Amino acid sequence: MPQPKKSEALLGPYRALDLSDDKGLLCGRILADLGADVIKIERPGGDPARRIGPFYHDIPEPEKSLYWFAYNVGKRGITLNIETADGQDIFQRLVKTADFVIESFTPGHMDELGLGYKALSALNPRLIMASITPFGQTGPKAKDKACDFTSWASGGALYCAGDPDRPPVQLSFPQAYLHAAARAALGSLIALYHRGQDGEGQQVDVSIQESVMAVLMDAPEMWDLNRFVFRRKGYGLVHPSRGIRQRFGVPCKDGYASIYMMGGAPGVILEHMKAMIRWMDEEGMAPDWLKDLDWISDYDSAKVSQETIDRVEEAFINFLMTKTKADLSDAVIPKRLVMAPILDAKDLAIHPQLAERDYWAKVEHPELGEAITYCGPFAKLNQAPIEIQRPPPLIGEHNMEVYEQELGFSRSQLSALKSAGVI
Amino acid sequence: MAAKRALEGLKVIDLTWVAAGPTITTYLADQGATVIRLESHTRFDVYSRLASPFKDGTPGMDRSGFFTAHNASKYSATLDLAKPKGKEVFWKFIMWADVLTESMTPGTMKKLGFDYESVSKVKPDIVYLSFSVYGQYGPWASGPGFGQLASSMAGLFHLGGWPDRAPAPPYGAYADYVAPPFTAAAILAALDYRRRTGKGQYIGVALAESSLHFAAPVVMDYMINGRVMNRNGNRISRAVPHGAFPCQGDDRWCAIGIFNDDEWQGLCQAMGDPAWAKGPKFADFLGRKKNEDELETLITEWTSNHQAEEVASRLQAAGVPCSVVETTQDLFEDSQLKHREHIRWLDHPVMGKHIHRRPAFKLSKTPDQSTAAPTLGQHNEYVYKELLGLSDEEIADLLAERVITTEADLPW
Repeated sequence: MPQPKKSEALLGPYRALDLSDDKGLLCGRILADLGADVIKIERPGGDPARRIGPFYHDIPEPEKSLYWFAYNVGKRGITLNIETADGQDIFQRLVKTADFVIESFTPGHMDELGLGYKALSALNPRLIMASITPFGQTGPKAKDKACDFTSWASGGALYCAGDPDRPPVQLSFPQAYLHAAARAALGSLIALYHRGQDGEGQQVDVSIQESVMAVLMDAPEMWDLNRFVFRRKGYGLVHPSRGIRQRFGVPCKDGYASIYMMGGAPGVILEHMKAMIRWMDEEGMAPDWLKDLDWISDYDSAKVSQETIDRVEEAFINFLMTKTKADLSDAVIPKRLVMAPILDAKDLAIHPQLAERDYWAKVEHPELGEAITYCGPFAKLNQAPIEIQRPPPLIGEHNMEVYEQELGFSRSQLSALKSAGVI
Repeated sequence: MAAKRALEGLKVIDLTWVAAGPTITTYLADQGATVIRLESHTRFDVYSRLASPFKDGTPGMDRSGFFTAHNASKYSATLDLAKPKGKEVFWKFIMWADVLTESMTPGTMKKLGFDYESVSKVKPDIVYLSFSVYGQYGPWASGPGFGQLASSMAGLFHLGGWPDRAPAPPYGAYADYVAPPFTAAAILAALDYRRRTGKGQYIGVALAESSLHFAAPVVMDYMINGRVMNRNGNRISRAVPHGAFPCQGDDRWCAIGIFNDDEWQGLCQAMGDPAWAKGPKFADFLGRKKNEDELETLITEWTSNHQAEEVASRLQAAGVPCSVVETTQDLFEDSQLKHREHIRWLDHPVMGKHIHRRPAFKLSKTPDQSTAAPTLGQHNEYVYKELLGLSDEEIADLLAERVITTEADLPW
């Protein structure tokens, strides 16, 4: 693979040992994208996250999980049972030359194995260890049970979303763990910066609950400043002081779109409102009362009535229902609209902006005999571009590379470790 | 003595605005970087500083909770970049800084004369971030820059809500909180690269592209299997029950997710082992999945007779993943968040105090520290005198010529 170039990557000289489950997989993916040598350490037989669908051609096998692919591409993979004494010994040997460890066990579990931060930092004081848990390493709930969905609830995101007449609702592709894992990568690199100055490593204690709280925009401030509890109101905006509601989400001919329908101060939104009315008028769908509205004085959210809002929104929706997502997409740039169709996976796959920017990354999967399409780099860099280093690891794919070539185990020792269930 | 901070000594000149960009630079500022947010009174961060909620509900440029939610720990200085002298001063900021961050409409920095090409000629080792919704080039490059729209374009909002209804996505400019950790990670990796090689870096981030990683398997499911995933309420394929269940009180809920037989047994035990739960219908995962509607109804009968807190503590005692569906008010009373001191109150010259959600990660040796989000131009004297080293005379001239601005034309 790209060995000669490696030191040229942003994180080229560094190695991460990734013990995490689905709570932390994205962290290692980010470090691998940035050029680090990330070794995913799985239990013998494979990591439970390999059981998460969807699957390649719907074949539910551990080496065909698209979830696994997405968050492990670019990593190498070995198997190791760190619950055994031999496994612990091998892990400690690996830690001596590692820069990062990523783990997501219940607080205290790594300590019980003799692999807690204290023990590992004694072996390698420069080590940076990211620990990703539902509530952080300490506190009254530190060992509470959680899943992605309950973390979405304990961080406050669930309560704020949904239709008023139904339960609070999630995003159907769970998000809480991803937020925590991305923040674990950030925290680890902040620690790396510090290490570059002072030489010392440290532990990065990531709370999934707190990671979810980070997505609440200004809702906690609404409570703190105005004693207003934000409640789910479909897809729209509520003005706490007046109780009026404005929609963001609207139906169109073949789906939905997000659109600003607001007045008030001059600016891009006001120009967009005028452009919308012109477009509606061109097609004979702007009633006179709508054309006569003064968007600055009549439609200021500090004054406008709910009745007027509903009437305006109805007129917009009547018009938008004659347009497809593609029609709207084509109109946004030339008409300078503050709008976007709500895209599904199919729309994304053919989106001209992503195609023009060559966003999608093809990665050869020799075991499947084809190239798989992945989400591309999360940033474009000029000196040291992000590149996917390799396909996601098969179970134990790099055992020989690591155990034999690097750590110097003999084949017979490896056979013994395999039969003992260590690797 | 105050503890060391991880990013002590790192210098950032910040031209980002609204939510996502300032979130990136707050990550740096909370860890000790010196971040100067540059605005002017004619072109200040209007979508943030004039956005509700306001302290006591009274609008004012230095009273916005939206602004404080995104700008803790930074310095604020004012500079009119449209004036030639403002440009001269900005070059001094560039020479001072390690990192320049901007989230203007693509092309704006070039018009101002501060695009990466121009800046890197003068300062080759600068780490330069251009952050926008769709990226710096391509047919949508100039597309509208709001988080709700980016969340829609990144395939995320399609997945929020019920299958028989319009999308009901997470509150707010959701993707504005997805892209920042990726972006800040790239900045820090580039700084390490600079430390090793002496080379600077241009970092172009499209918010929609980085956010797509939060739906990656969904897109791959289409690319490979031709399946277009739709929103599906609170259900997921590998857990049952998996949902929010109503409890006693006004709009109180408990979130429960059961992934295996042990957790299912725990739930039954917590509910007092009702007879219905022992039937063959719910004996195994496939049975529970097949009868999910009925199962949810039966669980609801139990939860709605109890307080959410009681449901949560009973289920926790039985080893079942669950949580009260916390309101924003609940977060302020949450024992875990209190223990972690996750919410801080910071002293603010106009608002008295404002809250600050600390980073979601604690660094064991270099704890984060925060100061209040700055009022507009609050640190002009410190920034121009102490950080840029301008003389009193030079500063007086810049003030007189309104290059350093002090007055805004506000609607109130």
